[in-house]
Amino acid sequence: MAKKTLLNEKDIHIILHRLACQLIENHNDFKNTVIIGLQPRGIFLANRLTQILQEDYKVSDIKLGHLDITFYRDDFRRRDEPLEASKTELDFIVENQNVVLVDDVLYSGRSVRSALTALQSYGRPSSIELLVLIDRRFSRHLPIQPNYRGRQVDVINSEKVKVSWRENDKKDAVFILSNA
Amino acid sequence: MKELTTDHLLGIKHLQKEDIELIFKTADHFKEVINRPIKKVPSLRDITIANLFFENSTRTKLSFELAEKRLSADIINFSAAQSSVKKGETLIDTVNNILSMKVDIIVMRHPHVGAGEFLSKHINAKIINAGDGAHEHPTQALLDTYSIREKLGKVAGKKVVIIGDILHSRVALSNIFALLKQGAEVKVCGPVTLIPKHIESLGVTVETNLKKALSWCDVANVLRVQHERMDINYFPSVREYTQQFGITSELLSSLKKEIVIMHPGPINRGVEITSDVADSSQSIILNQVENGVAIRMAVIYLLAQKIKN
Repeated sequence: MAKKTLLNEKDIHIILHRLACQLIENHNDFKNTVIIGLQPRGIFLANRLTQILQEDYKVSDIKLGHLDITFYRDDFRRRDEPLEASKTELDFIVENQNVVLVDDVLYSGRSVRSALTALQSYGRPSSIELLVLIDRRFSRHLPIQPNYRGRQVDVINSEKVKVSWRENDKKDAVFILSNA
Repeated sequence: MKELTTDHLLGIKHLQKEDIELIFKTADHFKEVINRPIKKVPSLRDITIANLFFENSTRTKLSFELAEKRLSADIINFSAAQSSVKKGETLIDTVNNILSMKVDIIVMRHPHVGAGEFLSKHINAKIINAGDGAHEHPTQALLDTYSIREKLGKVAGKKVVIIGDILHSRVALSNIFALLKQGAEVKVCGPVTLIPKHIESLGVTVETNLKKALSWCDVANVLRVQHERMDINYFPSVREYTQQFGITSELLSSLKKEIVIMHPGPINRGVEITSDVADSSQSIILNQVENGVAIRMAVIYLLAQKIKN
């Protein structure tokens, strides 16, 4: 399997700071804004962005949550490998809040669709935005586009985009894996 | 492990330890779901479940129904009292008629031992045993041990005594299997007439002195005397049973430690347990009921996962 580095540690550092600044531009002091990372892989990006906002840009009191979408997916009983649920941790209500959904890779858009349904169980947000690190162009199955994107890439279906985080994969990097 | 090793839930006897762990892990997620403002997930919206109750039930039936609705399944209910069973229809015919209506999962309670197993061999649907005679009641044992795990952190190494009518109890047998598989120590306690012969061969010990049993245990699971299953008198009087095997607050305060009190319901207050004990902080009876919904959601979800589209 061929492995090509798309983004290295430094690229990711720059991108995360840019995304944090874009969020501040639109959400100011985050008074009515909540950041929700999608399980299982979007939570690292959500945690990291929250950390940057708090430590480097002195935005205090950010509400951060993790949302599991397993029970809302549209491929239950339709896939070979059974799904495994992760933990949802939302200790605030999303009613009348501006929600920023965070995931690492936007591909078909089906996870985001599931997340939109899952979010309804926690109330009616006043708005929902989507932030992704990697936006795979031309691969959407649904009319879903990100509001904030780290990097847009053209990758064919047989290739895989893998985001690794230093929290669990030793270092920050984005790879493109292909069978060629 | 992400999938159950079995296609039906007929009894705890057929489950692996890993199956129980998977059910508990999944139930943890559903317990979070049922405490949300909107307590429902859409996972099973294309699944139809038939609840066939050939024997009376309130709690188990409500709990299953609620679990199915929380998973967005379509459900049909059937109870023997209002059905063609009274007109002489056989079990297979009744169920095949229901299956022709395109049912994916059957939850069945039946007075005969092995009814679920029999169905699973003749019918193309996932079967969940909600109690078969005095044999097994697997979801009850799962929710009981899940409640112990929640209260005490784990089941392994804990000492559990099951008190009362062991002979007629499917809850007792399923609990014995579930507790032993998870590494607990099990004792049964009750009048000798209500303890099955050779029960030691399952790996449990027998104690007929209630005080001794309670001093030994961490958890006491108190069962009801099942008068409806008794064809003869197994003890002289209810009063005498209560004097010897009834749990009272005086008895509990005479112990050197605080034990956990469980009861699968329905409770006969003042017979096997007094009201003040049932309502005390030591009792986790109502937690058992709440956990019942989460456990049944997990079982249904995991079995539905095996129905391929």
